[in-house]
Amino acid sequence: MLEITEGSLAVAEAVRLCRPQVIAAYPITPQTHIVEALADMVANCKLDADYITVESEFSALSACLGASAAGSRTYSATTSQGLALMFEVCFNVAGMRLPIIMTIANRALGAPLSIWNDQQDSISLRDSGWLQFYAEDNQEATDLHYIAYRVCEDPAVALPAFVCFDGFILSHTYEPVEQLNQADVDKYLPKFAPKERLDAADPISFGMYATPEYYHEFRYAHDKALKDSAAVIKKAGEEFKKLFGRDYGAMVEGYLLDDAETVIVAMGSICGTTKDAIDEMRATGKKVGLLKVRVFRPFPSEELSKALAGAKRIAVLDKNISLGSKGALALEIRDALYGSRVSVFGYIIGLGGRDVRKKDIKEIVALAEKGQGDIFYGLRKEVL
Amino acid sequence: MALAVGCRARPGKARDNKTGSWRVFKPSFDHEKCTQCGTCKTICPEGCISEDTDGKFIPDYQYCKGCGLCAEECPGEAITMKQEEK
Amino acid sequence: MVNKDLELFDCGHRACGGCGAALAARLVLKGAGTNTIVVSATGCMEVFSTPYPETAWKVPWIHSLFENASAVASGVVASLQKQGRTEKVIVMGGDGATFDIGMLCISGAFERGHDLTYICYDNEAYMNTGIQRSGATPYDASTTTSPAGSCSFGNKRPKKDMPQILAAHGAPYVATASIAYPMDLMQKVEKAINTPGPCYVQLHAPCCTGWGFEGEQTVAIAKLAIETGLWVNYEMIDGKVTKVKKVVRKPVEEYLKTQKRFRHLFKPKRQDAEIAAIQAIADKNAEKYGIDIKLKKE
Repeated sequence: MLEITEGSLAVAEAVRLCRPQVIAAYPITPQTHIVEALADMVANCKLDADYITVESEFSALSACLGASAAGSRTYSATTSQGLALMFEVCFNVAGMRLPIIMTIANRALGAPLSIWNDQQDSISLRDSGWLQFYAEDNQEATDLHYIAYRVCEDPAVALPAFVCFDGFILSHTYEPVEQLNQADVDKYLPKFAPKERLDAADPISFGMYATPEYYHEFRYAHDKALKDSAAVIKKAGEEFKKLFGRDYGAMVEGYLLDDAETVIVAMGSICGTTKDAIDEMRATGKKVGLLKVRVFRPFPSEELSKALAGAKRIAVLDKNISLGSKGALALEIRDALYGSRVSVFGYIIGLGGRDVRKKDIKEIVALAEKGQGDIFYGLRKEVL
Repeated sequence: MALAVGCRARPGKARDNKTGSWRVFKPSFDHEKCTQCGTCKTICPEGCISEDTDGKFIPDYQYCKGCGLCAEECPGEAITMKQEEK
Repeated sequence: MVNKDLELFDCGHRACGGCGAALAARLVLKGAGTNTIVVSATGCMEVFSTPYPETAWKVPWIHSLFENASAVASGVVASLQKQGRTEKVIVMGGDGATFDIGMLCISGAFERGHDLTYICYDNEAYMNTGIQRSGATPYDASTTTSPAGSCSFGNKRPKKDMPQILAAHGAPYVATASIAYPMDLMQKVEKAINTPGPCYVQLHAPCCTGWGFEGEQTVAIAKLAIETGLWVNYEMIDGKVTKVKKVVRKPVEEYLKTQKRFRHLFKPKRQDAEIAAIQAIADKNAEKYGIDIKLKKE
């Protein structure tokens, strides 16, 4: 049923339908509407979960870690400073191979303090061993939660995932979203039944330490599982399409790519604006297309290089920056395209909530055509 | 042995580590003096002292580190520490 | 009932000979029994008992980080309750994990009232990293970050009163115990895990390496701590002290002189004022908890 609803509430409803048994979260803007909605569902017996009102994000993810190891489907949500506070636990959850799903309502990181959107928070955790999904709109944000649980709880994957959607821009925006019903979700997402859990009937030690004889191999195994999850994502996306019609089988998604000379690559809500800008540019005869990156981890190098093979130039939009270097997406795309003759231009854009409009996208295409890239786009020179 | 997912293990493998090789002094049990109070068994940090079929307290020398706590705490002075012969 | 014969902490662990913490682990598990899940904080005990794949724990066990054990345990408890399971959850942390870095998570877990038992094995410094001072290090103890020197007598502050802090959280059962009194220790653990809500047991577990004494002395030194009044074994129910181990007190120097961490109080020169200050700490403990056995005058 199509419903006009706030992004956070749509996500909360999807989470409810996934039947998490333990939720632990700490309030932080702009994540609050999600967890408030979940607390309300628990309070009204619409969701049979224990909502642990922890005293910090650090404890939120730690409680999820314990609950997941004990055998419960587990959920949290956070953003920005909260995610930064979880840094240590994030690496731990992933290394312990626990399939916790966490929504990230993407927000900038301080200092300076900013509650507004960019993607610096989740991008900064790119090395932590979690899967990372990025949603363009609230329909996708909602659906990606089903996909994430399904993929991550697959014993071959056994890893956690961030489902990222842009703070405020999506989390606080009302859009039409089609919600699944419980019976359908139950069909798609079987009960969480891990082969190993904390259990007095079969004692197992979790989280042992590894000496140099083993550590290297544990990291290899973790990396392999994350890379191999690509096939599981594909399968889960295809099955989702078969059941519900919407297609998430691919980790990247093209828009008017076939004859595109200039291809914009982006993640998250900026893709919507970009599509509109492309439509207008196409109307004036410009051959422009978009490649949306839905899955950032595992990084879809192969799909990317295939999709971008025909382009003359690529303009990468990064709502993040690896300070002292470049935008994360641009760096990785250059790596994926190493050896090809396609020019890649990076643009740092929309940090800390700076609006990105259609005219900005058009201007970036013009810059790329002139061979100008690797810049902070749209600097207000008057304040510098 | 295949690497466990997530660095986990079931009990049992600790016993592969024979800590008895650390020992310098070896406890020797005088069963005549022993009053069967069980203090040695209770306070052994290794948990390696147990009763044999005759009810005599015997350390498992595969694991006994020779710390000497049992000898020190034995109220009947039935345990003495002797230089290990190697 | 405590089953003294139950061995749930396996041989082969890598603790030093005569380790108080290893003995504590054994005794705690005897008190807790097989239907127990242990959440360990990073620390000496965690490290000497779980190099992959050689775990010494014969009960389900989990370690995540240094400072989050009680938050992890909150999640384990919530999960078990949702599944209708009956296992008891124990947290095991050293004094660094408990008094210092884990304080936030402990406070949160106790305030929320999860049904868990937090056990601190207190060896009065960060032993795993090489004997650095913690909030549990006693006054004047020399550690590698509070060394005694020409213008220092070692640690400048007395121990933080963790049991009182957790009692103030509303913990229904708080106790202190010592590896020198195994039966008492096991019974307190058993009582704690069978008391609904968050309970706290703090165990005195001397560290031969960190304190500077021979491993055979571990139990004797733990006993001396109690006999001098520098460690008090007591129980608190709903914040009120209900049971105290009484002693005929010995002067504190009988305890101090057994350990290298206090050697600077006696050599090269006896530091009477410092010894008197430590005696005053013991006297205050004795008064506060009423531990003195008054001998009848003949």
